[in-house]
Amino acid sequence: MSPSTLFSGVDPGWVALLSPELASRAQFGWTISVHILFASLSIGLAPFIIYFTWKDVRTDDERFARLRSFWVTVFAVGFVMGTVTGIPMSFQFGTNFPQFSAVAGELIGGPLAFEAKMAFFLEAVFLGVLLYGRERVRDRTYVLSSVLVGVGAWLSGFWILIVNAWMQTPRGYEMVARDGMEVARLTDPSAAFLSPRMPWMYVHMINASVIAVALLVAGVSAYIVWKSRETEAWNTALKLAVVILLVTAPMQAVHGDAYARHVQDTQPQKFAAMEAHYETDEADLHLLAFPRDVDALNDPRAENLVTVSLPRVGSFLASGGDFDAEVIGLNEYEENPPVALVFWSFRVMVGLGFLFIALALWGGYLTYDGRLSDSDRYLKTMVAASPLGYAALLTGWYVTEIGRQPWVIQGELRTSEAVSPTLTGAEATLSLIGFVGVYVGLVVTALYVLKWLVRDELRTLGADESVDDSWRGPLPEVSGDD
Amino acid sequence: MTESLLPVDAYLVSSLPEIWFGAVVFALGTYVVLDGFDFGIGMLYATRTTEHERETFLSAFGPVWDANEVWLIAFGTMLLAAFPRVYSSLFADHYLLVFGFVFALLFRGVGPELREQRDDERWKRYCDYSFVGGSALAPLLFGVLAGRWAFDAATLSLPALLTGVCLTAVSVATGAAFLAAKSEPDLASDLRRYGVAATLAYLVGTVALLASAVATDAAGAAETVLSLPAAAVVALSIAAGLGGIVLARRGRYRAWLASALALPALLSVLLALLLYPTIYPPTGLTVRAAVVSPLALNLVTVLGFPVLLLVLWYFKYLYGVFSGPVDAEGYGG
Repeated sequence: MSPSTLFSGVDPGWVALLSPELASRAQFGWTISVHILFASLSIGLAPFIIYFTWKDVRTDDERFARLRSFWVTVFAVGFVMGTVTGIPMSFQFGTNFPQFSAVAGELIGGPLAFEAKMAFFLEAVFLGVLLYGRERVRDRTYVLSSVLVGVGAWLSGFWILIVNAWMQTPRGYEMVARDGMEVARLTDPSAAFLSPRMPWMYVHMINASVIAVALLVAGVSAYIVWKSRETEAWNTALKLAVVILLVTAPMQAVHGDAYARHVQDTQPQKFAAMEAHYETDEADLHLLAFPRDVDALNDPRAENLVTVSLPRVGSFLASGGDFDAEVIGLNEYEENPPVALVFWSFRVMVGLGFLFIALALWGGYLTYDGRLSDSDRYLKTMVAASPLGYAALLTGWYVTEIGRQPWVIQGELRTSEAVSPTLTGAEATLSLIGFVGVYVGLVVTALYVLKWLVRDELRTLGADESVDDSWRGPLPEVSGDD
Repeated sequence: MTESLLPVDAYLVSSLPEIWFGAVVFALGTYVVLDGFDFGIGMLYATRTTEHERETFLSAFGPVWDANEVWLIAFGTMLLAAFPRVYSSLFADHYLLVFGFVFALLFRGVGPELREQRDDERWKRYCDYSFVGGSALAPLLFGVLAGRWAFDAATLSLPALLTGVCLTAVSVATGAAFLAAKSEPDLASDLRRYGVAATLAYLVGTVALLASAVATDAAGAAETVLSLPAAAVVALSIAAGLGGIVLARRGRYRAWLASALALPALLSVLLALLLYPTIYPPTGLTVRAAVVSPLALNLVTVLGFPVLLLVLWYFKYLYGVFSGPVDAEGYGG
């Protein structure tokens, strides 16, 4: 009996769950969500690692040796998690979306192969040197290895986003018939691979990764400083993270605004979903939006939301200066992405972005005032804020990816057409369950490793771990019993 | 930019599709050779009882396994870049097998990495299970996948299962040789026993595999297997295997390693013979029919081949840095 007949005759709810398309989309969405956490950890940590390694080798200052060793360990664990979660993804194009691979192979295969050959090898080879080679290579080579690991991480994002940018705004190809199938044939490499979308996505994504990691470094540093005030090393790390946030957080807002305008020009449907803008008309800008009732969560239309809006400023922003500009609404389209997911994700991302600017300015002011490590309130806030960079990064990614549905290649191939015709719902559901279970395990383990590293660091610093006022926030509580 | 420099309607050289077929098999073969000994180390790890020996094993493969594993991604993406229809069919048609394999790889990867993060017996034991289990399952499933591909055979068929067994055995053989070449004499001579047994198992398995392929004539394999090039590959494998055993017994471990690594390399050559010109036997798709259009292939050739040379240089460098003996403390100063 084939797996598909195994489940026939079960109730309709199950059948819906077992649809290969839905299960494949859920699986891809879930695996990329976890993978992206680790991938962006590598991207964001790279500058920190390079800086700490360079300072360590140059100054022989114990402070930097300590920071280097701590964060290189985090990097290594993150890199392994990134590798093991990334390999299944590189196969999912074939296992779950073979039609997409067959149609777009000529366009996406090259950049993906470059990612492996140019970026991934560089990162993996020189991470081996960075982790195990301190005594075996010269100082200069050692610092260079940290740089090459960083270059690898940043290049990796570059090649992946070339593929993604092409899927968002495909160019430089023509559809040709091949053995009864319409496939994309590369006609203009520079148009296809140097698409205008690429720089927008790249800057936004790299900066988001740096912000997320700066918040993580700030949170871990703040926690250790809060436990053990006198630690010079972690005061340095906290200050460095705040400085990086002061540069990157405002930059993200400015860039994000311009990026949104580009999206409006190239993917008006996605832009309309971001603003839940249904009628083609002048658009208001909703600064804040709250659902009136539960239905409004699923269907965020102006009439069922409580909004604080700037009238017609949406038009102004979308058009780059015209308050009366018409903004295309969702009603123009036959099929739309899940608007609620895109609308609320966008709001969470933007809201968090402004919060990060506030945190950066607050930290900057405290640094200027010389009170950064003395302010309990700031330290605790930063500990609480440490996972929020990742929340912003993920919601931003949802806006990008869910916002372009129903297309996998915008305007060319629907996601529903990309799914494997031979895949059974049972296979897809089984693997979905497997991925959810295993990846939850990986994320939890990664968090535990971070907790153990922090605990060891505190022990080394001689901090009293059993103080009564221990932190009870989002980080697992550090105690001496394990 | 590039389009004016590159021919749009003709391949840079007329045999470019065949060259890319060779490059894809080369990436696959390199993966099987390099990660093969990693899997072997993982399986042999189960035979160690002392912490010192276990840590020696982990130190031996620590700096290199991650980079070795990237060859798998290189293979997958090169296959996608040059032969997208083969890539999509291969992975879509073997859905659960591919997932079993990637999960095995996942457990193999995180086990040793997480082990050292916590000083707790039970934790270490679970990480060890993950490492050993993943290391044993990955080559088995990958072999079954390769067997299904080359022989157009069912998962639970003799050719597919025997390919899995062969790949597992050859991994143990190369893992033992790699470790023997790097460790103290006592440990090395102990590993030699496993290496010799695995080599013999591999040779017997290969002969049985080819006999079963001829008997079932899966995907027209009989003709290829009985051809002169395939016979030469098999003869070379037997020579390398038996020669390796002699070298191992004489304690010439580095030479043994060289002949052991030749076995998975020759196995990849055999796979290439089986898959040419019909690169995907289940659909009868040939290399020429499956390859991407000239402009796309010319582009990845011009940009990609220099990078591939650079990658080979990285590997030479990496293995140079971490050459020489290893113990529980790592590669020493």
